[in-house]
Amino acid sequence: MELTRRSFLKISTGALLLSSLGLNLEPTKAYAAELRTKGAKETTTVCPYCSVGCSIIVSVKDGKVVNTEGDPDGPINEGALCPKGASIYQMANNPYRVTEPLYRAPGSNQWKKISWDEALDKIAKLIKQTRDKNFIVKNEKGQVVNRVDAIAHVGSAALDNEECYILQKLLRSWGLVYIEHQARI
Amino acid sequence: MTNQYTDLKNADVILIMGGNPAENHPVAMKWIMRAKEQRGAKLVVVDPRFTRTAAKADLYVPIRSGTDIVFLGGLIKYIIDNNLYFKDYVLNYTDASFLVDPNFKLPDELDGVFSGYDEKKRAYDKATWKFQLDENGIPKKDPTLQDPHCVFQLLRKIYSRYTLDVVSNITGAPKDKIEECYKILASTGKPDKVMTECYAMGWTQHTVGAQNIRAMSIIQLLLGNMGMAGGGINALRGESNVQGSTDAGLLFHILTGYNPTPVASDVDLKTYIEKYTPKTKEPKSLNWLSNRPKYIVSYLKAIYGDKATKENDYCYSYLPKRDDTQNCSWLMIFDQMYKGKIKGFFAWGQNPACSGANSNKTRQALAKLDWLVCVNLWDNETSSFWKGPGMDSKKIKTEVFFLPCAASVEKEGSVTNSGRIAQWRYKAVNPPGKCMPDAEIINELYFRVKKLYEKEKGAFPDPILHLTWDYGEKDKNGKIKHVDVHKVAKEINGYFTADVPEHPNDKKAYKKGQQVPSFALLLDDGRTACGNWIYCGSYTDAGNMMARRGKEDPTGLGLFPNWAWSWPVNRRIIYNRASVDPQGNPWDPKRAVIKWDAANKKWVGDIADGPQPPLALEGGKLPFIMKPLGVGAIFGPGMADGPFPVHYEPLECPFQENPLYKKHRINPTVKLFDADTDVFVYCDTRYPYVGTTYRVTEHWQTGVMTRHTDWLRELEPQIFAEIDPVLAKEKGIKSGDKVIVSSARGKLWAIAIITPRLQPMKVLGQTIHIVGLPWHYGWKFPEDGSGGDSANLLTPTIGDPNTMIPESKAFMVNIEKA
Repeated sequence: MELTRRSFLKISTGALLLSSLGLNLEPTKAYAAELRTKGAKETTTVCPYCSVGCSIIVSVKDGKVVNTEGDPDGPINEGALCPKGASIYQMANNPYRVTEPLYRAPGSNQWKKISWDEALDKIAKLIKQTRDKNFIVKNEKGQVVNRVDAIAHVGSAALDNEECYILQKLLRSWGLVYIEHQARI
Repeated sequence: MTNQYTDLKNADVILIMGGNPAENHPVAMKWIMRAKEQRGAKLVVVDPRFTRTAAKADLYVPIRSGTDIVFLGGLIKYIIDNNLYFKDYVLNYTDASFLVDPNFKLPDELDGVFSGYDEKKRAYDKATWKFQLDENGIPKKDPTLQDPHCVFQLLRKIYSRYTLDVVSNITGAPKDKIEECYKILASTGKPDKVMTECYAMGWTQHTVGAQNIRAMSIIQLLLGNMGMAGGGINALRGESNVQGSTDAGLLFHILTGYNPTPVASDVDLKTYIEKYTPKTKEPKSLNWLSNRPKYIVSYLKAIYGDKATKENDYCYSYLPKRDDTQNCSWLMIFDQMYKGKIKGFFAWGQNPACSGANSNKTRQALAKLDWLVCVNLWDNETSSFWKGPGMDSKKIKTEVFFLPCAASVEKEGSVTNSGRIAQWRYKAVNPPGKCMPDAEIINELYFRVKKLYEKEKGAFPDPILHLTWDYGEKDKNGKIKHVDVHKVAKEINGYFTADVPEHPNDKKAYKKGQQVPSFALLLDDGRTACGNWIYCGSYTDAGNMMARRGKEDPTGLGLFPNWAWSWPVNRRIIYNRASVDPQGNPWDPKRAVIKWDAANKKWVGDIADGPQPPLALEGGKLPFIMKPLGVGAIFGPGMADGPFPVHYEPLECPFQENPLYKKHRINPTVKLFDADTDVFVYCDTRYPYVGTTYRVTEHWQTGVMTRHTDWLRELEPQIFAEIDPVLAKEKGIKSGDKVIVSSARGKLWAIAIITPRLQPMKVLGQTIHIVGLPWHYGWKFPEDGSGGDSANLLTPTIGDPNTMIPESKAFMVNIEKA
């Protein structure tokens, strides 16, 4: 029989039943009672590090990630994880994250907090200004190019496919041709 | 990846060259070890360092960094000389028998370049790089493989100089190890023996990077290992979704699904289609890309919807076009930025201040920007560049924004692994504080820029105003409140934009709004929209295929067809028609990827590369369906630097000249950069050691994610430099000493590790030492500076002429005790 995570859980329940028949499984029981995943909601994710695509179970209680572990049902990793994959609990509970937008003014030596609205409006204006000022309708040969060389974009290999798709769509609608990402380096 | 991580278990021989999976793709190692344990497979590692993967190898062969083509060229010679190639495969499924233009010349005859080289342009005129055609316009062939102009004979000729002695002399590998290695690898040229190859940046980050991989492709074709279970060539990609983001066309040269980005001379859609739709006169070629018009028209329909009509060329003019000779790749971005030509810049989930070659140039380039937007989980060396080492923030005028985004567990969507499997992941928790999922940030920018153009007009607003963006409920201002990623996934898959009463392909009726079930049903007349044709089939009317969790494995090969979904059309091993003989019977029945079911006239097993019958049957087709001639290309005229790989030294190397082609030390087609920071040296006593960069298990890329993870940072707290014991003694360096490693471009401190994992090598009569450094560190965090800085401070601005990937694996350095 192939042992999946679910069937493993069933067997565990069976083992608990056995204990009521006189087998001493007290230590197991005590440990089970303390598991921090007890009562947690489980979802699956895919490791954000390398490209193997390991499946990971994320356990959530009271809006907090309380545990992450390899997903035994994932056929690629069969529950195994490397040190990075095993550490995503600390990515989800991380004291170093920046949690609000920051702005650094020209010439300044420090970050200042800024609201999303202000940051996004400023950026939108800069995009428009730079685009309008540098937009090339026709090149030297008179060919229609409708592009802007003065804005560039790198990144995205950490985004989801759906995000990548709308991002490329958006960048090209602005006329960008300097679009690159991690695959190039 | 042509195959799958799980398929590595099916190999008889596993060659790891240009990668180090035990370190960087540890779970891949599970399948490599399974092949060893269950099949008795041989693991062979060829690498400058005795890596963690090498520690598990049956045979380890050390080579000098940057000499892979010499090593592989020697293997090609060994295979041909000893008649070890898979003859039926080579004759039927490759271009080995094709006759090349008699005017085509090899570097042996032309002092190290192929025919057509233009020294001024540093480029080739490829007029002679072509096949001789018969009266039907298809290549002339010599099935005896004897004609001196046939690809096979050219191959024999070009590698005739790559003898064991030459290989040993240039690579520094011991002759007996080379021969032992060749014997193991070449043993897989039999129908029932298979080798797989795994590589990563150890192959790509060279000025001959693409040719490293081509050399291996030639070997795998000669040995008949492409398309086979346990075979193929497998790029172990470095990021969770670098495959998906490449598929999505977030690179300067491709739109989604690898459709080329248009250039200025592609003046209209007709010209574009004419230029990029390959034609063939070979009747047995499926020539899949003849479908290009369907894919590009459906893409334009996806992004411009009802605005895209036949009459307006489906809004083709909206697509930005670079000039024909304008290369917009990574190194060019930072070169242009350094020269003040780029004003605004986005670093979205990336840290170029540490990840790009020649970091000093990159960091100085950032200081020339008017504005910079960084989207990330953590502040990093790019977003805070203005307070970095050597920067005077008062003088830096760049306006910088840091937008905090959501981590992978804080949003929903799919990511695609190296094996092309798109897997769905779920939101577990809300992002902390005010962090926002990237999709929402993109949505905000879309909406705000669009509003400005609606209000104020401006330069050519049409592409902005007419972009489709139907991803959920709108608020009172018309903004999508939250991006519904399922709607995006459905657009990527594609849908019918009009009723199709009788589809020309399957004669079935489809209704407007229905999801397109497969890319075979996309149309070039505007009746289908599809964001990315290779993902067509990922989200159909039957639901989200990427979220499937079926564990069935009917072939027993570990293909798991019901687990998530892989492009194209859920095919798990690509080129799989090459795994059967011309009658459709598997070369190796014990590892049958597909098999022709003659009674029912269909393929069974994996999704075959096209439903057409096997080659020898009526209507049969050749296996390599993406190639216009239908066969695997040993002769590669598409390459910038030659149709066959030959050895050139790295930009920086310890020698005055190329031992094989004296007149051309380095790849004659690389672009040389001219900024004042673009200095390089070779055969220079100031920088006598070969430098190379790599990664460690505990860290990832520039380390932004892992340095901010306490468990991982504690395991590998700071940058180190590995050197061999002989060099250590010469320099008086002990393990734990602080050392300064320098190159012509920069320097950094590191902690020395003296290790027998590196050994001095005898190369062309000289003793060569290697200095190896991981590149995961940066000055910004840990904040006390205890981690050190990026090893890319040392690497040069130079790229492969095909890919423009920087040469970060071989450069010259010095090392001194601090």
